[in-house]
Amino acid sequence: MSGGLYVEARFRTSGDRVLLVEYGDAIDLRINEKVRDITALLRKDVPAGVQLVLPAYRSLAVMYDPVVTTPVKLQALLRGLEERLDEADLPAPRTVEIPVCYGGEFGPDIQQVADHNGLDIQEVIAIHSAQPYHIYTIGFAPGFCYLGGLDRRLHTPRLATPRVSVAAGSVGIAEAQTGIYPLDSPGGWRLIGRTPLKLFDARRPAPFFYQTGDSLRFVAISSQDYRRIQEKDGI
Amino acid sequence: MEIFRVHAPGPYTTIQDRGRFDYQHMGVPPSGALDPFAHTTANLLVGNEPDCATLEITFFGPHLEVLDTADIAVTGAEMEWRVNDQPAPQWTSLRVVQGDRIQFGQALRGCRAYLAVTGGFAVAPVMGSRSTLVSAGLGGIDGRAIQAGDLLPRGPGLLLARQRRMPWYPRYAAQIHLRAVPGPQDECFTGGLETFFSSVFTVSDKANRMGYRLQGPLVARKADAPQSIISEPSVPGNVQIPPDGQPIILMVEQTIGGYTKIATVVTADLFKIAQARPGDQIRFHSVTLDRAHALYREWLDHLQNVREALSVQ
Repeated sequence: MSGGLYVEARFRTSGDRVLLVEYGDAIDLRINEKVRDITALLRKDVPAGVQLVLPAYRSLAVMYDPVVTTPVKLQALLRGLEERLDEADLPAPRTVEIPVCYGGEFGPDIQQVADHNGLDIQEVIAIHSAQPYHIYTIGFAPGFCYLGGLDRRLHTPRLATPRVSVAAGSVGIAEAQTGIYPLDSPGGWRLIGRTPLKLFDARRPAPFFYQTGDSLRFVAISSQDYRRIQEKDGI
Repeated sequence: MEIFRVHAPGPYTTIQDRGRFDYQHMGVPPSGALDPFAHTTANLLVGNEPDCATLEITFFGPHLEVLDTADIAVTGAEMEWRVNDQPAPQWTSLRVVQGDRIQFGQALRGCRAYLAVTGGFAVAPVMGSRSTLVSAGLGGIDGRAIQAGDLLPRGPGLLLARQRRMPWYPRYAAQIHLRAVPGPQDECFTGGLETFFSSVFTVSDKANRMGYRLQGPLVARKADAPQSIISEPSVPGNVQIPPDGQPIILMVEQTIGGYTKIATVVTADLFKIAQARPGDQIRFHSVTLDRAHALYREWLDHLQNVREALSVQ
């Protein structure tokens, strides 16, 4: 499937220092791979005047120094990179296992998700942890993953009134999306479980467990396992 | 070495440098001084490099006790402040010694003042920056705004041979003019563009380091334009139009967003937003990208002139 992949990249102006480049108009693995390929090429051999490259789902932002380069030069350069995608040499995507204790105190909304979809709690857990989820992009908060591919049978609206505080590690569902809150924050997602892993810790040599292009697989664990992991390397 | 003891912190006083740029692809926003001009100038006035950390003081300032000799400078928002109960000038360096008491009052014009000290505020860098990001608990003192009882450290640096003074400095008006380049999604707003560039908007009280929410006439999108788009990287100065038609200027604690953006404020005018207060009025003026690049070069020249003017003193 490569629906929505543009034949030619489209360019947009995002102020005096950022050129936005779009490779398609869908949330799609092929388009996302192209974004990551171009990002890797730009980082491997940074063109003069390019200060920062930020990838997202289907587009990337190139921050440049207008004293050194121009958007016209950058557009030509970016078109050239499309001929060299096979040189991008992306790291092999990894599947990162995220242990999750579903339901109970950690997933107070799991019954509502089950009821909304005519399932029982065990079915919700089985469906949610069945297949890996591609990380399309990371943003909004440190380590927050925008994941693809939530099974249609679990789609559930957000809470009418967001919670004032959601604990870090909480796993939630909002419409067609699932994700993990990396930090304590307010939030309106339906909470179905929690991971004891600390997804983001600036004090660790590697502050994050994953990067864009990897996949996350949720693995159901007991509350005893939750405590054990939490004591070992969690919060 | 410790240079200040905090007796009262003010409502929101944080340590900021130029920002944290290397982890935006991991969702870590750039942060950094919201008014880069005032931040840079404060540093230059005490002989620091521009990327040293300063205190960003929001609207109302702290009370500090000086623990050792140093040069300080206060720039940005026009703020009543006193050293040992004597009114003190801004945009100039001042020598302080052990036992001096620094007391800030309220901002009279502008919103954010910057206090620089010899050597800069030397908290440990986190992910390449000392900037405080309260939402993620990063940088500064334990990732939070300063509080009473904190001891603020400074880095090594030489005292000035003579006092430095800015020969000129900005005045922050309540009518603010922002130049902006249309895009990235200006095609979603045909009539809305006309409204956006010809109306007066008021800064609401929802205005912080994440973004400035404005109030004014409804900026309408085209009937067939989407309310939201697939989330894309955002930059400071992007003006997004959420479904309610009231603009939000994005600032430094954002990395990605899914609302359409009608225009983007030029780099040279970002400091004006940092100094805007609730109730201030904003007008946007459309400029071409070529013009915006010329303004950017003028802005760099301006900064260079400040640097030269201060370094020869």
